[in-house]
Amino acid sequence: MPKDNPNSGGIGASPKRREDVRFLTGAGNYTDDINVHGQAHVHFLRADVAHATINSIDTSAAEAMPGVVKIFTGADFAEVGGIPCGWGVTDRHGDPQQEPRHPIIADGTIRHVGEIVAAVVANTLEQARDAAEAIDLDLGDKPAVVDMAAALAEGSTKVHEDLTSNLCYDWVFGNDDDTAVQAAFDSAAHVTTLELVNNRLVANPMEPRVAIGEYSRGTDEYTLHTTSQNPHVIRLLMCAFVLGLPEHKVRVVAPDVGGGFGSKIFHYAEEAFCTHAAKACGRAVKWTSTRSEAFISDAHGRDHVSKIELALDADNNFTALRTNTMANMGAYLSTFSTSVPSYLHGTLMAGNYKTPIVQVNVKTVFTNTVPVDAYRGAGRPEATYQLERVIDKAARELGADPIALRRQNFITQFPYETPVALTYDTGDYVATMDKLEQVADVAGFAARRAASEAKGKLRGFGVNCYIEACGIAPSNIVGMLGARAGLYDAATVRVNATGSISVFVGAHSHGQGHETSFPQVVAEMIGIDESMVDIVHGDTGRVPFGMGTYGSRSIAVCGSAMVRATEKIIAKAKKIAAHLMEASDADIELKDGQFTVAGTDKSVAWGDVTLTAYVPHNYPLEELEPGLEETAFYDPANFTYPAGAYACEVEVDPDTGKVSIERFSAADDFGNIINPMIVDGQVHGGLGQGIGQALLENAAYDADGQLLSASFMDYAMPRADDVPFYQVDHSCQTPCTHNPLGVKGCGEAGAIGSPPAVVNAVVDALQSAGQDVTHIDMPLSPARVWAAMNG
Amino acid sequence: MYEFEFETPATVAEAVAALAEEEAQALGGGQTLIPTLKQRLAMPSKLVSLAGIAEMKGVSIADGVLTIGGGATHADVAAEACPPLAALAAGIGDPAVRNRGTIGGSLANNDPAADYPAAMLALKSTIVTDRREIAGDDFFQGLFETALDEGEIITGVRCDIPEAAHYQKFDQPASRFALVGVFVAKYADGVRVGVTGASEEGAFRWREAEAALSASFAPDALEGLSLDAGSMMGDLHGSKDYRAHLVAVMTKRAVAAIS
Ligand SMILES: Cc1cc2nc3c(=O)[nH]c(=O)nc-3n(C[C@H](O)[C@H](O)[C@H](O)COP(=O)(O)OP(=O)(O)OC[C@H]3O[C@@H](n4cnc5c(N)ncnc54)[C@H](O)[C@@H]3O)c2cc1C
Repeated sequence: MPKDNPNSGGIGASPKRREDVRFLTGAGNYTDDINVHGQAHVHFLRADVAHATINSIDTSAAEAMPGVVKIFTGADFAEVGGIPCGWGVTDRHGDPQQEPRHPIIADGTIRHVGEIVAAVVANTLEQARDAAEAIDLDLGDKPAVVDMAAALAEGSTKVHEDLTSNLCYDWVFGNDDDTAVQAAFDSAAHVTTLELVNNRLVANPMEPRVAIGEYSRGTDEYTLHTTSQNPHVIRLLMCAFVLGLPEHKVRVVAPDVGGGFGSKIFHYAEEAFCTHAAKACGRAVKWTSTRSEAFISDAHGRDHVSKIELALDADNNFTALRTNTMANMGAYLSTFSTSVPSYLHGTLMAGNYKTPIVQVNVKTVFTNTVPVDAYRGAGRPEATYQLERVIDKAARELGADPIALRRQNFITQFPYETPVALTYDTGDYVATMDKLEQVADVAGFAARRAASEAKGKLRGFGVNCYIEACGIAPSNIVGMLGARAGLYDAATVRVNATGSISVFVGAHSHGQGHETSFPQVVAEMIGIDESMVDIVHGDTGRVPFGMGTYGSRSIAVCGSAMVRATEKIIAKAKKIAAHLMEASDADIELKDGQFTVAGTDKSVAWGDVTLTAYVPHNYPLEELEPGLEETAFYDPANFTYPAGAYACEVEVDPDTGKVSIERFSAADDFGNIINPMIVDGQVHGGLGQGIGQALLENAAYDADGQLLSASFMDYAMPRADDVPFYQVDHSCQTPCTHNPLGVKGCGEAGAIGSPPAVVNAVVDALQSAGQDVTHIDMPLSPARVWAAMNG
Repeated sequence: MYEFEFETPATVAEAVAALAEEEAQALGGGQTLIPTLKQRLAMPSKLVSLAGIAEMKGVSIADGVLTIGGGATHADVAAEACPPLAALAAGIGDPAVRNRGTIGGSLANNDPAADYPAAMLALKSTIVTDRREIAGDDFFQGLFETALDEGEIITGVRCDIPEAAHYQKFDQPASRFALVGVFVAKYADGVRVGVTGASEEGAFRWREAEAALSASFAPDALEGLSLDAGSMMGDLHGSKDYRAHLVAVMTKRAVAAIS
């Protein structure tokens, strides 16, 4: 529960984000702020065509240019491993996914615009760019494979000649008995069908990617500074699969990172390149992505084309759900790519509803486009969008109230085992819907619609629910589902002699406010002031092996590890206190940083105990080691299931098709909450991205595989005036049943839960004017809405 | 960027002399040119900055004529020009762009989605250069093409102040340049309608609308008028049909805002 006094410390209080002081006053330390003595700069020559054979590449003239240190082509990386995919999906026939080699530099074939063709290392960046222009490339053009359906058609050009086709896998999940599923549809009283596109997005974090590789000849050690959400994962993938280096010789540091949204989870070619090149050139090698490069080299998100069918009985109960999706992988498999449309998508297809039969079919497809991978929500927004749009359409077809239809089909008994492999431990969807109706002032909508109509505007109301599987992830479950790594996390709590604490965490903060919220937990557990606790993150040389930050996992998984490590600290500190007070440690109580012998007035302070731990006199060395530092690893027993209900109200200008969002309300159940202000911020940001997807953002390719929206001139990012003031409520709290803090995670909810509400609202607005529009594909740009209204 | 020389003349005459060199190029606010250079899409041997030329600054209103220096920034125009043009300038880009970008640079560039060209066509403008005066109607010659010669500098513009005017802009969602922008100006001797963002030929005057509005200045007068969608631009942000439709809607709204 939020604390009454936001300045009070501990769990549930809202202290301001301490990291913001340095971010807002120019004292941050981002990777591009780092310059290493004697560093050289790399410029990547990137493909400007989508598909071609590299007949020859002549770098001789370029090598003679001023300042050039070394030029690398695909041949220089022939002996080096490709970039690995972290998830192996087994298809419906029991076969593994098709997995092409993913080279650091194109090896004979260009497969997407933006792929690295050569890398020029020079004394200055401008010299590297000059030399890159002198590289002579002889390309043999090949037809670009862009459209997914065409890519799967018989006889299509193949993106990878050595694969059997452009199909990565053909996957079925849930009820895989086609006959039984069909029978459910045949016997339904009503079936609603919807075809929709989940638009491709570019993450566009404020800070573009940067990498600096260093090599020390003296110690044979490498250091890579990189913009990553998970430095340990980068080190593991790069060392074990790409460069073949022992991990103890490699340190990966991700200092301040200016946003990731998923796009900085993955191991990228540029990271391996800079590390490798540092040794090959005998110089540190630095790369800073331009915004233009980011558009064609950061992994994109979403890009699903789906058909969803919902069967209902005569009483409007959902009886079966079937979806068929094509999901774009782009030209290569990025780190998490194959898990997104399968296990992060199919497992969520039951939503908040007790539909007994759910079948999910997914075909993943190679195309000559930038690789596609996880983006805030990753698979779960795609599932939610399909489900919540088809329910809305069904309500319209049946003349049912969309809120009542949802309520009627809610899961109400927990734990609940879905037909798509998950067990929801807890939740209360009725409560979040009740709360939403109140926050969104559903009762006042009719009056607001009348007011809009008086101004010549159409007003629409749209609602949706969402559920996500977060706290990624229970290793045994994801292992069964194809993850090639366990997804636990770790924390080391180091108490210093005078009682201050450094917590070394595997999670990485790049906007989430961990530096504020994590100390709140430790401070509360011990009863000391938050200012005595700092976290350390983002450096494999300092923090224990952890999997980083994504999938709304940090507080649920890494935070749990931190709690476990702090419990160990407290247990040991009690022993020391017991020794100091000559009592039994079973009798020691810790409250407000004071250790007391139960039932007596004997007590010692936290600082006395910590000092004793390090500089002991008269210490029972046979029974107790000195020092106060503990590590814990935590592997969750289940996912966590944040869920909620969102409502959007729009005005549509019928003359231009322009949509403006007038109200947006969110009722979320995140379980227990550490810092309500930070949670509000996370929801606001997620909503902004969801609204961006729904109204503005679109990574559009032409038939030749050229990205049409390759800059902010054509790729519409949401601006402050595109979004309303939000009504956000997270007072409905059903604590997670299986982690020590009862937390569920909140980072992705906004992005997952908002697009369907926006589209539902726009359809409602158009229908209110008698328009027979049942669906518009995102983004709902003015041009698209106008076109839908004008047939 | 490629390497270039940089000159900072203090007078128009010095600037003209500096621009005489082949491959020399004028630099206004740099809001178009600098990004172009950063992308290595242009390779001038020398940049001649017009920013320090006092005689190209300033905005003044006298005897029914609005005079704006070619080096006046969008922010200057927003602060000092007559209200309809000031509002147009205030809607260009963001504060950083408005504090650097100049009217001379915008007109010389003649981006088909830029705002000023619509106004210059509607406001009976004269484009003043270092060597001559060019009627606004003759100045814009298609996409990114103008009547300017090599090395010619826009030193200022003059506009006849209308009885009333209004600029109605519909933003392209990503760039917020004009997807369509319509400037309607009402003079005693008739109405002029300048349109930007829409046509494949660049900014143009919508003569049918001018005739209809000159006969009857009311939104209704435009009823039934439509543009040939075939000559409109079509792209990611709007089809030809949509743009043709938007021109009519924006024109009506501009007229409604005045009347
Ligand atoms: C983020 C952003 C948003 C923008 N939004 C808008 C918008 O909404 N609407 C809009 O209309 N524009 C917009 N612009 C463009 C902006 O108005 C530019 O300032 C303008 O197009 C160019 O003016 P400049 O003074 O910066 O010229 P520069 O970039 O310096 O030069 C442009 C061209 O004009 C030439 N030139 C410059 N000055 C003169 C002169 N006096 N005489 C002859 N030639 C000259 C240069 O040689 C060059 O070829 C935007 C720009 C940016 C970066």
